[in-house]
Amino acid sequence: MPGTYVPTDYLPVLVFLIIALGFGLGALLFGFLLRPRRPYAEKLSPYESGMLPEGEPRQKFTVRYYIIAILFVVFDVEAVFMYPWAVAFNKIGLYAFVEMMLFILILAVGYIYAWRKDAFVWD
Amino acid sequence: MLSKVFFLYFASVIVLTSSLAITRRNAMHGVLYMLLMFFHLAGLYLFLNAEFLAAVQIIIYAGAIMVLFLFVVMLLNLREDVQKSRFIRPWIIGFIISSGVMVIAIKAARSVEVVGTGRWGIKEIQSATHIGAIGQELYTHYLYPFELASLVLLVAIVGAIVLAKKRLK
Repeated sequence: MPGTYVPTDYLPVLVFLIIALGFGLGALLFGFLLRPRRPYAEKLSPYESGMLPEGEPRQKFTVRYYIIAILFVVFDVEAVFMYPWAVAFNKIGLYAFVEMMLFILILAVGYIYAWRKDAFVWD
Repeated sequence: MLSKVFFLYFASVIVLTSSLAITRRNAMHGVLYMLLMFFHLAGLYLFLNAEFLAAVQIIIYAGAIMVLFLFVVMLLNLREDVQKSRFIRPWIIGFIISSGVMVIAIKAARSVEVVGTGRWGIKEIQSATHIGAIGQELYTHYLYPFELASLVLLVAIVGAIVLAKKRLK
């Protein structure tokens, strides 16, 4: 029946999440309960290596980050295709190997193009 | 019973975080609420026995797409005080359009029939695991669309570099 499936294999993930969340929240809670609270104006002001902070904290990022992000998305999608391929590899064998090599080859063309166009250079 | 408890948790958090994501004035906060929403969507997929979709949701959406969103927000340097007037003024137009979309979505969801038979019924998928089933289908029957996907990705690489490099030089 659909809608009644419980992924029991993922119970360790749930336990891990609960421990991680409890550890983080517990550390914050104990710190909050134990630490002394004596705020004054200088303590609450933002600290920037001893200098007086000037200008906007948010600045425009260069467009280079955008290229890096796009390339990351593309190669991430490529990596995701390898995931079911690796799981089903025993069932399909050499045929799957050849087609994945073709897939990687086509994307390698894009990788070489990006390399030649200095997309990875940060001057 | 247990899966219903988890479904209610995931569904309510998804509704809450997605409405928070579209109502925040600060774009960065909206993006972070969307990240939380992606993780809960992955959990929902797990309870639908769709492990691969859950993995894709975390690896691609919460990983790569989210980085892209954050970079775009930083690139545009959006500030909370910048406010624009709404695109369509009278609220009734937005209300009619969104409720129309909702009616279509509900009708579509109602028309879906879960058959659970055939070559890949629920039992077969559970025995071969969801990812194994996708792998066996994708790399045999759907070989051609799979190879076409690499060409689409190639176009994305070339397009991004051509568009961005023009600005740099």
